Amino acid sequence: MELAEEKLDEHHLDKKEVVDVVVRFAGDSGDGMQLTGANFTQATALYGNDLSTFPDFPAEIRAPVGATFGVSAFQIYFGAEDVTTAGDALDVLVAMNPAALVTNRANLIDGGLIVVDSGAFTAKNLSKAKYKNNPLEDGSLDAFRILAINISKQVLAAVEPFGLSHKAALRCKNMWTLGLVMWLFDRDRMPTIENLKTKFAVTPEIADANVAALNAGHAYGETAELPVGIHLYKVPKAKVAPGTYRNITGTTALAWGLIAGSELADINLLFASYPITPASNLLHELVTRKQFRVNTFQAEDEIAAVCAAMGASFAGSLGVTSSSGPGIALKLEGIALAAATELPLVIVNSQRGGPSTGLPTKTEQSDFNMALYGRHGDTPMPVIASATSIDCFEVAIEAVRIATKYMTPVMLLSDGYLANAAEPWQIPDVDSLQPFPVSHHTDAKDFKPSLRDDKTLARVWAKPGTAGTEHRIGGIERSFETGDISYDPANHQKMTELRAAKVAGIADDIPLQEVCYGNDSGKLAVVGWGSTFGAIHQAVKRACGEGLDVSHIQVRYLSPLPSNLGELLRSFEAVLIPEMNTGQFIRLIRSEFLIDAEGVNKVAGQPFKIGEILAAIHKKLAELEADDSGSAS
Amino acid sequence: MNEPLPVLTLKDFASDQEVRWCPGCGDYAILKTIQKLMPQLQRPRENQVFVSGIGCASRFPYYMNTYGFHSIHGRAPAIATGIKLANPELDVWVVTGDGDGFSIGGNHMLHVIRRNVNLQILLFNNGIYGLTKGQYSPTSPPGTRSPSSPEGSIDSPLSPCAVALGSGGTFIARSIDTEAKHLSAIAARGYAHNGAAFIEILQNCPIYNDGIFEQVKDKKQAPDFRVELEHGQPILFGQENEIGIHLNRESLSLEVIEVAGNEDRILVHDETNKVQAQLLAVMAGPKFPVAVGVLYREDKTCFTEDNRERIDTARSKPGSLKQLLHSGHAWEVS
Repeated sequence: MELAEEKLDEHHLDKKEVVDVVVRFAGDSGDGMQLTGANFTQATALYGNDLSTFPDFPAEIRAPVGATFGVSAFQIYFGAEDVTTAGDALDVLVAMNPAALVTNRANLIDGGLIVVDSGAFTAKNLSKAKYKNNPLEDGSLDAFRILAINISKQVLAAVEPFGLSHKAALRCKNMWTLGLVMWLFDRDRMPTIENLKTKFAVTPEIADANVAALNAGHAYGETAELPVGIHLYKVPKAKVAPGTYRNITGTTALAWGLIAGSELADINLLFASYPITPASNLLHELVTRKQFRVNTFQAEDEIAAVCAAMGASFAGSLGVTSSSGPGIALKLEGIALAAATELPLVIVNSQRGGPSTGLPTKTEQSDFNMALYGRHGDTPMPVIASATSIDCFEVAIEAVRIATKYMTPVMLLSDGYLANAAEPWQIPDVDSLQPFPVSHHTDAKDFKPSLRDDKTLARVWAKPGTAGTEHRIGGIERSFETGDISYDPANHQKMTELRAAKVAGIADDIPLQEVCYGNDSGKLAVVGWGSTFGAIHQAVKRACGEGLDVSHIQVRYLSPLPSNLGELLRSFEAVLIPEMNTGQFIRLIRSEFLIDAEGVNKVAGQPFKIGEILAAIHKKLAELEADDSGSAS
Repeated sequence: MNEPLPVLTLKDFASDQEVRWCPGCGDYAILKTIQKLMPQLQRPRENQVFVSGIGCASRFPYYMNTYGFHSIHGRAPAIATGIKLANPELDVWVVTGDGDGFSIGGNHMLHVIRRNVNLQILLFNNGIYGLTKGQYSPTSPPGTRSPSSPEGSIDSPLSPCAVALGSGGTFIARSIDTEAKHLSAIAARGYAHNGAAFIEILQNCPIYNDGIFEQVKDKKQAPDFRVELEHGQPILFGQENEIGIHLNRESLSLEVIEVAGNEDRILVHDETNKVQAQLLAVMAGPKFPVAVGVLYREDKTCFTEDNRERIDTARSKPGSLKQLLHSGHAWEVS
């Protein structure tokens, strides 16, 4: 289906109270926009709004100042109702320079608010952004509310007492701006002040200058005479279930899920990886968690990473490796060895735009086919996907459970969006998590490496250091009976079928597929996997609100699929499958169930907008309507 | 509580698998030597782990009645590193060949050596690809005629020991497949070394590269073409030890000189001298003899021990999952 977009109800910033708001902080990659966004997110969560964030940064670490390709942005959608995406269009754009304005203004709603540092709108910066005239002066922004302040000048005055160099003083610009935006939405500055004091503990004058800038920005909002139509906005608190909450990114949730998984499995974990965007943060998080049963290894390359993880699994720990598309491609031979030797292994794939280096910092779901089919030989492997940042916690635990219970590699699909996006998480009660302790085989009597569990078909796990169970494993086909090398034709047939049956059998050990929003049968099911969850959820919710017969089904288990999925999908007249690829999961659904599902596909490096999914729903329902009336006549 | 270990013999270390190397292959002799060495190490059999990649040499683990992992081409050092990280108590042996270790797996080889992972690397160097039927390898001399180089290869070969030295190796030695006593002693020293012990074993492939090391191995010719290094001893060779190696300190190069009248000019082997080791590692015929023995050794902390120390420090205060989940900024909604 061709991608179209419907504009959602636009908010009117002339009201004093708004239900939800999308704010985007944009500036040079050295302007500290990510830090600004993170602090605003924290204040917003503490305020009591539901929220979702979308850090959107360039691949260049420090692009030339003022360049459009160097714009780094942090988007946050917050509101009084449940928020599951980072928002379709911007209500507020904070642009620290002309490049940030020119790259983001198309996404701003009419009547939206632009906050700019007019001090950065110099002839040089305007020309870098390819502006012929200064947009602050030529009337081209008349459709918007403009708050143009010479922030640079304000900041230099505010931090003057701290004796910083001109350059260091200007670096406080982001905090001044944050102070102003915090005033706009009535956020508490205290947590940010504490963060600054911790961050700059060794350079207290920098901390003090930043705090002064933050306060000065806030004071500016309070005292300055602002243009008509710009005032303090109230965003009512969201109604959320009672409990303890925190903000968490997909990366942190995944790391903590692995830690929880190792505790529940009662096993040590070796996390071996090679740095790659957007997966590296998982290593950065886990390397600081060695007080748990976690060890980490930065390998010399992707292949060494998967192999070291496998070595750890052979030695009785759980090996985990992580990468993004191109790196996963390098690991595939190793993954197949884990499948052949029947060792547990978790492979985390934080997908990004491909092929090749593609769009390293942008999101995509285009490694589905590689996850399912990217192995030589007839080599099935379980694949599961996380739907949201917080879902990464549970999915990581599930990956550990399946890998250790079935002695198999498991691929966990995340993506660049989930990795970096944060959302409030109701912290689970760790005592309620179900343990699944691993037991290594220690009985030397009649031991052979081919012993397996009758039910799960999992091969025995006897680790080096155990007397009497010495054995050899390897990539050459092994005898079903003895585990020794075997080139016997009938044995290879049997082993191939066994590997398939073992993975297929996992379908009996996962929850049946449920409908996550809407009715269990009806006209249209919108089926998602991975990070499309948020946009699908909101679109289906809005469509249901319009009285339309639409349901949302979100598939976590991609291989094997839940045993009732085919039956469930057949209870709908039509199936739509939005994916951030050109249609990969849909081919599985079509071939597996012979269902005439239709795809909604986007490969722009950006997540789906709610309006895009909603437009697809409306279009499909209109087609069904037309078919119905057509067949009636 | 130290219970005496059961007395083991060579037989305890031989698996029940039929050995499938070609008749006359140098690997048989190496296998026997290592199986024989095992009981002498006085370590429980269950602690020994042999890890290999792909190739003739890499079938080795199947014939050892220990733990073993026959993996994928070139990756044994990475798998072995993972094993040591998971359980540093295990004795890990990497068995590899010139193709496996220095062609497809060259990267892992240099990194396992530079990290000084505490394990032993047995490099079976036969100067040819055996299992894929005789193509030239990264240690084949230029001009090697093979199915993939019918007019003779044009690649320059590398010296495994020199590469190991260049990678920051802390134990670099060379031995010969059929010299059981020498090989056993070198392997025992490598085992005792704290760190990555790299041992190149010159090995004959009777099918595709027969006799490539004949001058070095043959009892009659060897004295003229091989020099056995002993720490603290002058480097002598020849039928009557009448020739020696001299270090020209002007040109920083080695020279072959008559011993008679030059006794004080003969280079004395110093295992701890890295520059000297580099010169000795690349000595080759026809001008020079091939050096066997321990070329270089150095005491240095090893990766797996350092890693364990970090882990132990971190775990002296075990983490609480509940505390982790509540760490940082959490808030209550009532």
